[in-house]
This record gives sequence, structure tokens and C-alpha cells, in this order.
Amino acid sequence: MASLFGIDEKKLLRRRRAAETRFRLCAIAALVLAGAFLVFFLFDIGRKGYPAFQQGELLVTVNYTTEAHDNPYAAMDPDTVQIVSRSFTRLIPSMMAENSRLIGTTQEIWVLASADTDQYMKGRPNRLKPRHQALVDTMRQEGKARLAFNWGFFESGDSKLPELAGIRAAAIGSLYVLLITLAISFPVGVMCAVYLEEFAPDNRLTQVIEVNINNLAAIPSILYGLLGLAIFINFMGVARSSALVGGLTLSLMTLPAIIISTRAAIRSIPPSIREAALALGATPLQVVWHHVLPLSLPGILTGTIIGLARAMGETAPLLIVGMMAYIPEAPENFSSAATVLPAQIFTWASDSQRAFSERTAAGILVLLVLLLGMNATAIWLRNKYERKW
Amino acid sequence: MKSIKKVALAAALVLSLAGVAEARDQIRIVGSSTVYPFSSAVAEEFGATNKQFKSPVVESTGSGGGHKLFYAGVGPDTPDITNSSRRMKVEELETNIKNGVTDVTEAKIGFDGIVIAQNIGNADMDLSLKDLALAVLEEVPVDGKLAPNPYKTWKQLNPALPDRKIVIYGPPATSGTRDAFVEMVVEKFTGKDETFKAVLGKEAASYKKIRQDGPYVPAGENDNLIVQKLTKDTEAVGIFGYSFLAENKDRIKGCTVGGNPPTFENISSGKYPISRALYFYVKDAHIGKIAGLKEYVELFMSEKMIGDAGYLKTIGLIPLPAAEREKVRKDVTGFKKLTAEDLK
Repeated sequence: MASLFGIDEKKLLRRRRAAETRFRLCAIAALVLAGAFLVFFLFDIGRKGYPAFQQGELLVTVNYTTEAHDNPYAAMDPDTVQIVSRSFTRLIPSMMAENSRLIGTTQEIWVLASADTDQYMKGRPNRLKPRHQALVDTMRQEGKARLAFNWGFFESGDSKLPELAGIRAAAIGSLYVLLITLAISFPVGVMCAVYLEEFAPDNRLTQVIEVNINNLAAIPSILYGLLGLAIFINFMGVARSSALVGGLTLSLMTLPAIIISTRAAIRSIPPSIREAALALGATPLQVVWHHVLPLSLPGILTGTIIGLARAMGETAPLLIVGMMAYIPEAPENFSSAATVLPAQIFTWASDSQRAFSERTAAGILVLLVLLLGMNATAIWLRNKYERKW
Repeated sequence: MKSIKKVALAAALVLSLAGVAEARDQIRIVGSSTVYPFSSAVAEEFGATNKQFKSPVVESTGSGGGHKLFYAGVGPDTPDITNSSRRMKVEELETNIKNGVTDVTEAKIGFDGIVIAQNIGNADMDLSLKDLALAVLEEVPVDGKLAPNPYKTWKQLNPALPDRKIVIYGPPATSGTRDAFVEMVVEKFTGKDETFKAVLGKEAASYKKIRQDGPYVPAGENDNLIVQKLTKDTEAVGIFGYSFLAENKDRIKGCTVGGNPPTFENISSGKYPISRALYFYVKDAHIGKIAGLKEYVELFMSEKMIGDAGYLKTIGLIPLPAAEREKVRKDVTGFKKLTAEDLK
């Protein structure tokens, strides 16, 4: 068929379609690559972390002799003592001091295995001597050694003994810190956004503020740590390492994110709603409280939750205010020392003992699940309450 | 909008409840990341076996950062103990005294060896301080002048060594381990070496620039990462603390230095040359004011912690010789005051 402008239309069309296909393939390749990274990461962490959810336990005979009161290592036979966790052995004297009826008795109880025994039972590298390995093998055959679900991981705090270390204290610390962050950054952030969107005149000053807020959302988080150290610890005298100082610091970091998402949510409400309310005689305050805020709440909450999720995974600013520390006990109140999940993971990752590597991965899994939960809540809120105009 | 009002109320409540800097019932410890595992192990033992005291809080801030927090003054806002992987400097003691921290007790707790390790599949390597220094220096004397380090393989700098590319994963410039390595290997060599002295004269001993042209790779503060790299990269060697070698003997091995393998015995006796003493410093004015401080120090210095069969030995601390241990224990538990004379 003769071409209209002397151009081979079919060829042109083929070329355009080829370009289209190429572009699609590139996009799919990018998606597959990103997906592959994610799958690899999750698989690797999962593979490393799942053994930590099991814990070696041993059924041992403990003799509460008077000698054991002074030297707890005498309470068990000398080989067994070597494969039992120190976390049990060291408590024998105080157990006997608290309960005098124990003295002179013999008990057969399940106790934690030492980290090396635990790793040996899981078939991982360990430093157990051949003699003790043989002992563990015989105990396994007799049913005196088992791998049980590791409740301790969720019930205890940090420890230098890998078999005893758990995430409870860090998880509660994270909760305290997030509560403070929420209690401060949410009201302040929403108020700022409402003022800037609904009341502030559009002048140089508000423009400068706007640019600065956008800037603050992007600066490295460690700078907030330095700010927190200078203002809250050095100037206001808030206790170092406390959940309060951590929460205050993170709320500085979360504020810009909340302001920006709140403004976007408020802006998406059609002006007709405000005008209708004003026309019916509502005051500007009533417009905001009765119409603008309720309608933009899903957007605000989504932004807040995502901001909090970011704060939850943050370590750098908390390092500066002293929360990256050995703190085995969960905080009792907002001013007592606390640590948070990512800080706990970091501490374990840098420990020389091999048994900590699986705890590190397990800690990461727990953190991932929590973050996933928070983000899922954000999505659910948005879908449930979102309105289309 | 009741919910928003509630949140605002809660915020006000939280702020009013939160106490500001009250007296502490918990020991605060800061300082070196090398001493951190030992210090927190004692802290745990202390908290677990003494029900009347809370577990001390141990922060890993680095030796320099620890001293800075420590010499800020006396009072519940300042730490009671700082851990240090080097001795306190005279200037630091002077700052302490200037800020009112007049009485400080020094406790030497043991040694930490710095090992040069490689993949377990490799042939053994014996290095001298000279080999190590020449491998990491930025510039070396060539024909009476300093020239950029020309060595790319181990064989080039010492014919007895294997023909392997020089790749060294080591601590970054901010690390105390790096300072210690430079002090005990590089400065020791440049200060004694005739060719360096000929070129630099008296300044030879303070020449310690580390090369940045590739063979020395600063690998971050996490020694586990270096160990992992060595399991994959069979050409490389890594520099880190002894405890990481002890934990990973199934996949890496230490290079001998001057014919001495980095074993427990050799580091303890001083035969293995790259080892340093570890310390902590106590603020004497806090004793009796901070509950448990005295007891913590006594537990730390006890034989069941830092002794030959002590708990800390199982996690990599190399004990002091028995006689020195006895003397140090007496001084520390008597809270002997540290003077500038002691540090010189």
C-alpha cells in the first residue's frame, strides 16, 4: 500500500512497538531486581534467625549442698557444670539463701544450656570440648537434652550470655520512646499544619518556614541526636539514656514528616466544604474542628504512623543521647534508662560471641514484623476511611 | 474531636510526670567499646546476684568519648566509671582536677591482643613488625627520600612472604584499636628503623600516616564484618581483637608475629608483641553516694572475674600476671588516688 507522506508506516509502527516493549521489559527487570534483593534479604535473615526461636535445655541433677552455697559450681557434677548456662549456676546461692528448705536436697530440673551447648545441639560452630560434646550426645539419647521453643527470647532483657539474651527490655523501651514521640509530635505537628494551611497569611515568613520544614525532613537523623543532646540533656537536664530524652529527640525528627503529610491531607479537602460551612455561619475554628480535621484524619494518621515507623527503626540520634547501652531491665517509668530494638540489634551484631549472630537475625525479624504491622495499619486506615470527592 | 483532645492531654501529663535529673540509684558507666563486653558482663553478674542493686547501665562511647563525659564534673548527671582501652592521658587527669574530679582511681583489668588473621585455608604467614609497618604506611623511604608506598604484594616487601596482593581489612581512623595498632606496630618500627631515622631524624617516631591507596581497607567498627570478609576473601588479612579470633577458629587463623602465634599464653606473657592493657577509672567522690558502686568495683576486681579461671577470661579478656593482679586489686579496692606522676 502506498504510504501517505512517503514514509513506511509499518516500519514506523514496528519501531514504536519495539520501543514500547523494550521500556516494559526494562521496568519489569527493575521490579524483578528489587524483588530479588528483598527476597534474598528476607530469606537470609530468616535462615539465620529461625534457630534463635529454639533454645537448648538440659535436665540436670542439682545438689543443694552447703558447699554449693559458697561455690555454686559444686552443685552439679564437674562435667555437667560446663554445659549448663551460667545464668542458672550463678543464682544457686541466692536461691538457697531465699529458700532454706532447699539446703541438703537434690532436684532434677530443666535448665538453660550454655550457648556453646545450644549451638552444638543445633549443629552450628561452637567451642565445646569433645568430652562435653559426647556428654550432650548421651543426654540427648536419654531424653535429658532438648530444643524447646525459646520463650525466654521474648521474656528477658539483654544479657552477655547469648542463651539468656532476649528482646523484652528493648521492645518495652521502644514502646515508651514511641509513646513520647507520638504524644509530642502528633499534636504539635497537626497544629502547625492546620495553622499553616488554614490560617497563616501567604507571605515571606510562612514561605521561609515552609522551605525549612521540607528541609528538616531530609537532614541526616544524627543531627537531631546532637540537637537533643544540647537542648534536652545539657540545657534542660533530662536524664541521659532515658526513654524521655529518646522520645523527645525522635519527636523532633518526626515533626516535619507529620507536618508535611498533614498539610497534604488538609489540602486534599475540597474548598467547597469549607465554603459551605462558612456560608452556614460556622466560625473558622468550627470549620477546622468540625470539618477539615475529621475529613483529613485518615491521611494524618497514615503520615503519623509512617513517621513513627521511621522513628522506631532509628539508631543514630539515640546513640548520641546514650541509649545504645547495656540496659538489661525494662524501663519502669519515662525517666529511667531504656534501650530500643534497633540499638539492641546493633549491640548484638558487634559482639564477638558467635551465638549472638542468630539472636541478631531474630531481633531483626521481630523488628520487621512490628514495622510491617505498623505500615499495614496505616494502609488499612487509609483504605477504610478514605473519601473520594 | 475528642481523640485529639485526649492526645493533647496525655502529652501534657507525660511532660509533667517526667522527672528531671533526680538522684540516681543505678551505676552509670561509659567508655571504650573494647572494654564494653567485659564491663557489661560484670554489670550483668552484679545485677543478677545482688537483688538489692539495679544493674549498672554501660554505654559504649569509645575511650575518648568516655573520658570527656567522665571529666565533666562530680554529681549524679555524670558517669561514675569510664572504661578505657588506653591509659588516661595526663591532660585528661588535669581536666578532671580542674572540673572538681580530684580523686580518681585507676583499675588495670587485663590485656587485649590485636591479631592479624587470615582465611583458615591459607598457608601460614609469619610477619614481623617491619613487614606490617611497611604494608600499611603511606610513604616509605626510597633512596633517602620519602616516596609513596610502592609495595603491592607481600613478596615485594619481604621475599620470604607469599606472592599475595596486600589487602588488609582494618579498623577505621576513629577506632581505639587502630590507635593501638599504629602505636604498637607502626611507631615502634619507624622510631627504630635506620632508614626512617636517616630521612626524618627525630620525627621518625611520630611518622604514622596510613596509606589510602587501596591495600589498607578501613572496614568499619564491626569486627564481625571483617571476620566474614576473611571467610570469602582468601587473599586478605584482617586486624581485630583477640576475642574474635578465639570465637572463629573454625574459619580463620592468626598470623604469627615475630614467630609467636597469637595465643592466650603468648599475649599474657608479652611474647606476642601486639597487645595492650585495658583499664577503667572510678570517680571516688561517688562512692557512698551511688548505691553499689563500691561493690561493683570489688566484684570486677575479684578473682572470679579477672582471675586465671575467671568469667571474663571465657569471653576473651587476658588476665594480668597473678602478682600484678594482687597489687592492682589492693590499690583499687582501697581506692588509691591517681596522680599525674603515675601516668608519666
